[in-house]
Order: sequence, then C-alpha cells, then structure tokens
Amino acid sequence: MGLLALFKRQPKSANIAKERLRIIVAQERTARGGPDYLPLLRRELLEVIRKYVNVDPEAIVVNLEKEDGHEVLELSVALPEKKPAAT
Amino acid sequence: MTEIIVVTSGKGGVGKTTTSASLSSGLARRGKKVAVIDFDIGLRNLDLVMGCERRVVYDFVNVIHGDCTLKQALIKDKRIETLFVLAASQTRDKDALSAEGVRKVLDELIADGFDYIVCDSPAGIEKGAHLAMYFADRAIVVVNPEVSSVRDSDRILGLLASKTQKAEKGEGPVKEHLLLTRYSPRRVAAGEMMSVDDVKEILGIDVIGVIPESPDVLSASNAGTPVILNEASDVARAYEDAVGRLLGETIPLRFIEEPKKGFFARVFGG
Repeated sequence: MGLLALFKRQPKSANIAKERLRIIVAQERTARGGPDYLPLLRRELLEVIRKYVNVDPEAIVVNLEKEDGHEVLELSVALPEKKPAAT
Repeated sequence: MTEIIVVTSGKGGVGKTTTSASLSSGLARRGKKVAVIDFDIGLRNLDLVMGCERRVVYDFVNVIHGDCTLKQALIKDKRIETLFVLAASQTRDKDALSAEGVRKVLDELIADGFDYIVCDSPAGIEKGAHLAMYFADRAIVVVNPEVSSVRDSDRILGLLASKTQKAEKGEGPVKEHLLLTRYSPRRVAAGEMMSVDDVKEILGIDVIGVIPESPDVLSASNAGTPVILNEASDVARAYEDAVGRLLGETIPLRFIEEPKKGFFARVFGG
C-alpha cells in the first residue's frame, strides 16, 4: 500500500449500503403498482424493434404515469445514432 | 375492539418469531387478552419459542377444517394468564390455509373478546405471508440493518399497501412500523452498520423499537421463554419499550448508542 492510500479516506461500508439501497428501493418503487405485463411488454417491443433497428436493451423505457383519473402509458425508444458510413 | 397485528419481514431469520413471542407476552403481561398465531404452515416454530411445544394437540389448520373447536386448539400460556398460542400445522399441503378459514378463526377470536391478535408471518411472499397480513390493522416490519433485509422490507411495505383487506376495500392504510433487530451500536459508530436513521430514511416509516444484538435472544429460545421475560436483559427492556409504544406511549429509543467507556476502561482496555 502506498503512503498516499493511508490518507485517502475509504468510504464506510454502511454509507455504501445506504446509497445502494436508496437507488434500488427508489427504482423498485416506481415499478411497483404498475400492471404485471409491463416487463413482458418491454421485452416483446424490444424484439419487434430489433427486427428493424439494432437498439440497445436499455434504450426502451416503458412508464406508466397516473394523472388525475387517467393513466398514461409512455414508451420511449432511443434510436442509435446514424453512422455516416452506413449505406 | 380487537386489533390485529401482523409481524412480518419478507426475509427469513430476522427475528419475526422472537418478536411475536415477546410483543404478545408484553401486551398480555399488561393485562390485555392476546392470541398469537403461527402462520408458518409446515414449519411450526412459535410453539418452541413460547415453550409450549409439548402441549400442542390441535393446530390452526385443524380449527379451519373443523376437526376441533378453537377453544381446544388455543394453548393457554403457563406464565401469563391472558396469553394464548395457536400453533401452525405441520402439514405439507400449501393450500391448507384459505382466506375464508383464516377470517373465520379471527372472527371467533374477536367475538371471544381478545384485545390483540398477533399474526406471526412466515418468511417470503407466498400464501402464508399473504394471509398473515391480509386482515391486519397494523404491521410490524422486522428488519436487520443489512441490505437484503431492508430491500425485502420495502417489498413487504408495497404488499401491505396493496394486498390487504384494508387496501382492497379502501378502508385506509394498515398502520406500519419498523422494528430493527440485531442492532449493534458499536458497529454503527464504526460505520460498519447502517444506523436507525439510515434505515428509517430509506424505508420512510416510523420506528417502534430497536432491539440490540445480544446472546440473550438465543438463550431465551433455548429455554422456551420469550426474551421479554428476562428482566435482566437489555433486549427485554427494548421489547418492553416497543410494547409501550404500541399502546401509544411516547418513549425515547434506548440502546442505540455505544455505552461510553470510563477513563480507566479506555486506558487499560476493558
């Protein structure tokens, strides 16, 4: 171990745990309450889109928003940037 | 007025049964008439922790199936006059419990004038856990200050908000509380364990008790005595405080800070 490493503060493991939990809990809470078919819908959409465009699995976001009385199903697909050389 | 309390957690081994045994004993010791029910069908254990395993003749499923009366199945505690245990069945049939059957038993307990019905939930989110929480007025979510337990607790909070009778009928939310177990103030001070405030902040609900890590818990279950009855133990005091808070008393949290060492102890190590 170098001398510098002695002075560099290691983050405490409890803080790491808290940060990781904060993120995963927030993420799981947004998914909660939505219908069970959302993950499947997302996967099938991905398959269809991939027949035409090679998108990243992370590029599809399916969101269900509740707005006073009605629900909005929001789909967002980030298409890959066009490569100049592609013909 | 009967209050139905579910003791739940999602994750196994965090102290649900220890907590059910101690809270029900604590409530009964204060003169409340209490029934504590083991919902862990197939893996009966509350009877061992309560020390009445040799007196189980009939169980929860026997009552539901009409093999016996509820009175025959309720085991009267030998230490506390107003405490009764309903043991889980050892059957391997997963469908032994039904919502209608559970409702029937709870209704009969309510008609019998019980003040509290404590439902000791099994781990997981399967049928037993679902039915243990379904009729609850109040939930005690037992959590260890550890990542998997906290995440599972959040999952359970989601189920409490959607898969309970109150939620389905729109009768308002089930009252939710956290109870932290196996808490080590020393490790929290060293930054090795999440603190009460950390867990509270992540899950966003109030804390009804913090139980310190202690060998007394194992000794109590070895002996079949709810740990709250071990007057000499900090664990018993922490559970007793939680009972007080359940009954609406305002009691500050104890045992969440490392005991201060005296000068000599610090110099000579002790």
